[in-house]
Amino acid sequence: MRATLLHIAAACALAATAAIVLPRALELFALINATVFVSLSVLALSLGLIWGFGGILCFGQTAFFGLGAYTYAVAALNFGDTTWAVPVAVGVPTLVAAALGYLMFYGRISDVYMGVITLTVTLILFAFANSTAGDQWTIGNAALGGFNGMPNTPPLNMPNQPDVPLDPAQVFVVSVACLAGCYAAAKLLLLTRFGRVAVAIRENELRAELLGYDVRLHKMALFAVGGAMAGLSGILFANCVFVSPQMFSLSYAGQVIIWVLVGGLGTLVGPVIGCMLVQALTTYAGTLSVVDPNLVLGVVLMLAVLGVPRGLLPTAGAMLRGLRRGRFVARRPLA
Amino acid sequence: MDYAAVVGLQVASGVATLVIVSLGLAVVFGMMRVINLAHGEFLMLGGYASVLAYGHGVNVWLSILVVPPLVVGLIGAVVERLLIRGLYGRMIDTMLATWGLSLALIGLVSMTLGNSVSGFSAPLGSFAVGRFHAAVYDLFLILAAAVLSGGIWAVLRLTTAGLVARGTMQNPSMASALGVAPERVYAATFTVGAALSGLAGGLIAPLSGVVPTMGTAYIAKAFITVITGGAAMLTGTLTASVMLGSVWTVGTFLTTPVFGEVALLVVAIVLLRLLPRGITGRFLRRSI
Repeated sequence: MRATLLHIAAACALAATAAIVLPRALELFALINATVFVSLSVLALSLGLIWGFGGILCFGQTAFFGLGAYTYAVAALNFGDTTWAVPVAVGVPTLVAAALGYLMFYGRISDVYMGVITLTVTLILFAFANSTAGDQWTIGNAALGGFNGMPNTPPLNMPNQPDVPLDPAQVFVVSVACLAGCYAAAKLLLLTRFGRVAVAIRENELRAELLGYDVRLHKMALFAVGGAMAGLSGILFANCVFVSPQMFSLSYAGQVIIWVLVGGLGTLVGPVIGCMLVQALTTYAGTLSVVDPNLVLGVVLMLAVLGVPRGLLPTAGAMLRGLRRGRFVARRPLA
Repeated sequence: MDYAAVVGLQVASGVATLVIVSLGLAVVFGMMRVINLAHGEFLMLGGYASVLAYGHGVNVWLSILVVPPLVVGLIGAVVERLLIRGLYGRMIDTMLATWGLSLALIGLVSMTLGNSVSGFSAPLGSFAVGRFHAAVYDLFLILAAAVLSGGIWAVLRLTTAGLVARGTMQNPSMASALGVAPERVYAATFTVGAALSGLAGGLIAPLSGVVPTMGTAYIAKAFITVITGGAAMLTGTLTASVMLGSVWTVGTFLTTPVFGEVALLVVAIVLLRLLPRGITGRFLRRSI
């Protein structure tokens, strides 16, 4: 309990520092890039929560990420105000995640099948979003735009003041606050009875069930929470890039997994660190223009699986503890 | 009447396509319980192998039927040795590692061969069905699917190699006690699966053209087919292909290709809710 509060306080302090210092220190372009990193970190956190603590192997977390962004853009264009677009855009992916979770968990589909099904869902959404070019694909005022996406996605505005859009620095502050908020929410969720049952299910599903816990319901609810966070991440992402079918793509879906895996499965900070590191690496590879970013990602993923199966954070933690004890203790990988 | 015949032919070739793109995956998953997420990229490599071979003046049938399985089978053997072998029994790690391979292959091929669509037109021309025309190549695909499935059945059921392979899959330690080297069987199975994926890539290359990202268009369908099929890899893949392929093609006819795919997915997910262990988890359990 005390450790959790300490962690949350540290995260909030870090976030507050970033929110105060970075907008002053960074150029506009770098600041927008930083906002992208932060918004994607929320996505990484959502998968880190459901996979690392619920044992739910979701390969298509980007489905909710993209749905959040699309819903946000459509709702904001139709409402003419983003105040209510945000809750709608968090709600839709949450409901979709709950529905998909119902089909998967109540069907008692095994881990591996779940990975494949969630991946398929995001790929189908990718194909669908790509095919929505043309005038018949408009929802109210919002044209879905097919392959080109929706470049006219409105930025967030002050609550109930559609005429006062946030500037990039404010969007950055909001994103950092969301990241810290999601981290705190996830940490606190894990302290509750619900969170403990989720971890118990991850450890041994059969035992948890025999002890009388409804495994299906807990998994479905946790999956929906993950969907909500991913949707929020999509909204933030839409504010600094724009909404496009690319958000559903295989390469994004793969990247989320890589972030979590590189950072460390079973931690909440790990995925965020993994996201920042891998993003920095791919951005750098992108500027080289010799190496394809997909190649870099693929190699990083293979090396992570073969070399550091537990992720950077737990491996570093184990090494530190080992040093303190005077020896390096290798433990079996989590997954 | 003619229209019905043409639609019927389309449905049959849709089913055949699904069988062809799923078989390589079904062999690797059904026999080894290894989920190869780079399956789509094996298809892509097979497609490129056939396009490049055809471009260098190789006979069209050789470049569709012979070159791709050889090339991709070889690649599969190397991948098995370097990547898969260390991860047997760790299903999720295998999935992730092959996903990394998939991304790396997409990146590598985009870098070396470029991002544009290349291809060649399907051989054999077309024939008339009343007022309509249909491609002979569609009939050829149906034939190919039948021959491939029959071949796999025959190898597994009738040959010693098939018996050894099935035995090793059922109980590796027992097989090993009887003098079989399980690693060799695994390596051979993976290679055969990769070769089948390559052949599938060669067969679909004239229809769809090849791009580095073409694997993503097929991998979802292939996986959903194999999973819906369930434990018995051949019967499962065939029954699931018939069911999902019909839904896909009819959906495509009634609406758009994308909605055909959406219909396929929705039917598959609902089906898995009803039959979580796949079709052959409930019916025809004793088949291959």
